[in-house]
Amino acid sequence: MEFVAVQFLNGLASASSLFLVASGLSIIFGVTRIVNFAHGSFYMLGAYMAWTLATRLSAGPLGFWGAIIGAALAVGVLGAALEVTILRRIYRAPEMFQLLATFGVVLVVEDLALLIWGPADLLGPRAPGLRGAVDIFGQRFPEYELLLIAIGPLVLVLLWLLFYRTRWGTLVRAATEDREMAAALGVDQRRLFTAVFFLGSVLAGLGGALQLPRETINLNMGFATVVEAFVVVVVGGLGSVPGAYLAAFLIAELHAFGILVFPKITLVLIFLVMAVVLIVRPHGLLGRPFVGLPASVVSPAAVLRPSSPAARWVGAIGFVALLAAPFALGDYALTVATEIAILVLFAASLHFIMGPGGMVSFGHAAYFGLGAYAAALVASRLAAPMVAGLFVAPVVAGLAGAAFGWFSGRLSGVYLAMLTLAFAQICWSVAFQWAELTGGDNGILGVWPPAWAAPAAAYYYLAVALSLSAVLLLRRAIRAPFGYALRAGRDAPLRAEAIGIDVAATRRIAFAVAAGSAGLAGGLFAFFKGSVFPTYLSIPRSVDGLLMVLLGGVNSVSGPVIGAIVYTGLGEQLVRFTDYWRLAMGVAIIALVLAFPEGIAGFAARLADRRRGAPAEDAR
Amino acid sequence: MLRLEAVHAYYGRAHILAGIDLAVERGEAVVLLGRNGAGKTTTLKAAMGLVPVATGRVVFLGADIAGRAAHEIARIGIGYVPEDRRIFAGLTVMENLAVGRQPPRRDAPTWTVERLFGLFPNLAAMRDRPGGRMSGGEQQMLSIARTLMGNPRLVLLDEPVEGLAPAIVEEMARTVLALKREGLTVLLSEQNLAFARLVADRAYVIEKGQLRFSGTMAALMADAAARTRYLSI
Ligand SMILES: Nc1ncnc2c1ncn2[C@@H]1O[C@H](COP(=O)(O)OP(=O)(O)OP(=O)(O)O)[C@@H](O)[C@H]1O
Ligand SMILES: [Mg+2]
Repeated sequence: MEFVAVQFLNGLASASSLFLVASGLSIIFGVTRIVNFAHGSFYMLGAYMAWTLATRLSAGPLGFWGAIIGAALAVGVLGAALEVTILRRIYRAPEMFQLLATFGVVLVVEDLALLIWGPADLLGPRAPGLRGAVDIFGQRFPEYELLLIAIGPLVLVLLWLLFYRTRWGTLVRAATEDREMAAALGVDQRRLFTAVFFLGSVLAGLGGALQLPRETINLNMGFATVVEAFVVVVVGGLGSVPGAYLAAFLIAELHAFGILVFPKITLVLIFLVMAVVLIVRPHGLLGRPFVGLPASVVSPAAVLRPSSPAARWVGAIGFVALLAAPFALGDYALTVATEIAILVLFAASLHFIMGPGGMVSFGHAAYFGLGAYAAALVASRLAAPMVAGLFVAPVVAGLAGAAFGWFSGRLSGVYLAMLTLAFAQICWSVAFQWAELTGGDNGILGVWPPAWAAPAAAYYYLAVALSLSAVLLLRRAIRAPFGYALRAGRDAPLRAEAIGIDVAATRRIAFAVAAGSAGLAGGLFAFFKGSVFPTYLSIPRSVDGLLMVLLGGVNSVSGPVIGAIVYTGLGEQLVRFTDYWRLAMGVAIIALVLAFPEGIAGFAARLADRRRGAPAEDAR
Repeated sequence: MLRLEAVHAYYGRAHILAGIDLAVERGEAVVLLGRNGAGKTTTLKAAMGLVPVATGRVVFLGADIAGRAAHEIARIGIGYVPEDRRIFAGLTVMENLAVGRQPPRRDAPTWTVERLFGLFPNLAAMRDRPGGRMSGGEQQMLSIARTLMGNPRLVLLDEPVEGLAPAIVEEMARTVLALKREGLTVLLSEQNLAFARLVADRAYVIEKGQLRFSGTMAALMADAAARTRYLSI
């Protein structure tokens, strides 16, 4: 019994930390509609900065608490700077490009932190005056944790006062509901957004800084935290601060007790809770639907045009180049080309649901990884031939996609994206924790193609043939009646229903098709690398896919193809030439987003339009 | 006071406004009439900076404001009351009013919460009620009151009586006339000719993004051909 009480208190302390980060994320999303992946980086920076300040300033209480506050404020300033320098320029761009920019910031911050603080874990000082422990139910409980327990509700109350008892708070709440109307009443969104970014980032920085006496500080703490904060925000309801506390409490207690009861599946448990909440209450526990929250990521104006003669020529030349590549390229270049061919299919499959379907997936790697694992398991456990593996991969992934589509029902927009994230995390946890089947972290090794496909050129041709056919089939589907139905459901779901399109069913099929295609890519990848690891279905790989699609542009099939080539090629080059490839990649992504807010292919299409003298699509 | 000159606007690639020219003088009430989808809302939104003006000028008090942000336009004294009211559902009546508040202007009527409650007595009884729990008519009153809190020189009223009961339509007409007497300039969009007749001095008729008629309200009432051609369903 005593143990349960103490475990409960532990949960409360974690809930406070989680709440600080999540409330900042929620406030930022509520007002600006930006899904800020860099929020975790700010949390991490808060911890690092507090460490630097605390070890530089005097050792007394003034030094320690000064460091905590100073770090939180410094992170707030960084957040405001991010808003002013980057995000402000792209508020009019589709939501997902803002996401892309924040990914770029994540990469940059990660490498800058590596540069400044080095790769080793750092240990912070203990809090002066709170080093001891108190007796609670006969158990020792650290005083510092008691402080944390108090800070969560305290911040909740302060935020409530700010939002409900000041005019600024009223304006923020108004803008959260309907920012266009607020602007029409004279509310300057830009200043409000900067202030909100400052506040949200202060909360993230404070959350990170307060970890100083609790845990070691490292470069991975940001990403782990932002994913958990997303779960909290979505479960609590986007934009709802009390919801964030409630959800942080739930998740933290689930952690605290889940680890006792089901130590192996705590991760799965948390994401299952999120999935259930989203299915039962699509707007989260305390969330409300937003006005003007776009359900899709592409502007409805996106029209598919038949390929121009020039594009056909490019296609034909590209095809010849593909065939000739093995004669021109060395071994290394050929493996890069093979990888690109496979990733093109991965990106095109994601594009299939994102572009015509308007559904964002943060977890598309789940299907890629499922395909890879299915192929590898069939090959290694059943000793089946590669062809069987390549057949099973899309089938398994496609079935998983169909199941997911069935569950996610009518969710759309950010909520759907979050559910895809949850599903991918569940798959990842299973691959990671079910070691008997999957080999856990060690993965499955020795998944090699048979002799006929073993030479680099042979496997290259195989990958190109399968990938190209699948991409062309996807392209056909987009231009077939099915594709029209899908796009109608994206642009005007109600009207589409009215003319007899079953929007939900169309989306489910699209999900299954996209998942199957990603699974095929995963299967190809497994035999290409000769091994499978949980990283294949991890979030960073999903992010890779997103980046490819968004870089290329969501409005045409050439987008993901170009995006995959540019992204993989760029990454490959950067890794070869610099240790700080994340920094370079991040800067490149940010620069690309600022220069081409509609993707590379979209930009090319606009250039072509302009030459034809069509009206500018948006005048400003 | 407000002049639109050859304004063109697009939604994506769809050409919605094809050269709108209209003018509103100080102290006037002007109505923009047209069928569903004619482009009335788009015209008002273009003036307010909520829809980008592709080409053309929007001149307010001598300055071209096309391309300015909506909040800047609101701050120089144009008030906007949207057709779907867009009350902040989670904010109380008082809070909704607070969002609209701007400093007083010398050349425009000055409104306080108490004066607005005099104009809309219903609202006074529900100060702390969340906007989401008000009837359509109450929300329409609140939407107008909220815009007036900005002490505008000109208000754009988008179909203020759409979906309201006949008794409330009359009340709304009295309200608009009262605003006019205060010295407020009004540009409203309407499909309801009867209501327009009660409040407007002049009328423009818009169809498919182009103006088809402009003249006094009396002239429009005399021109049965124009009315049937552009307005009757
Ligand atoms: N957000 C939008 N995206 C694309 N087209 C739009 C959008 N809003 C309006 N339209 C189109 O622009 C045209 C003009 O619309 P607008 O709302 O200005 O008409 P209206 O005269 O106000 O009609 P109503 O009386 O129904 O309010 C219509 O054909 C409409 O379909
Ligand atoms: Mg309208």
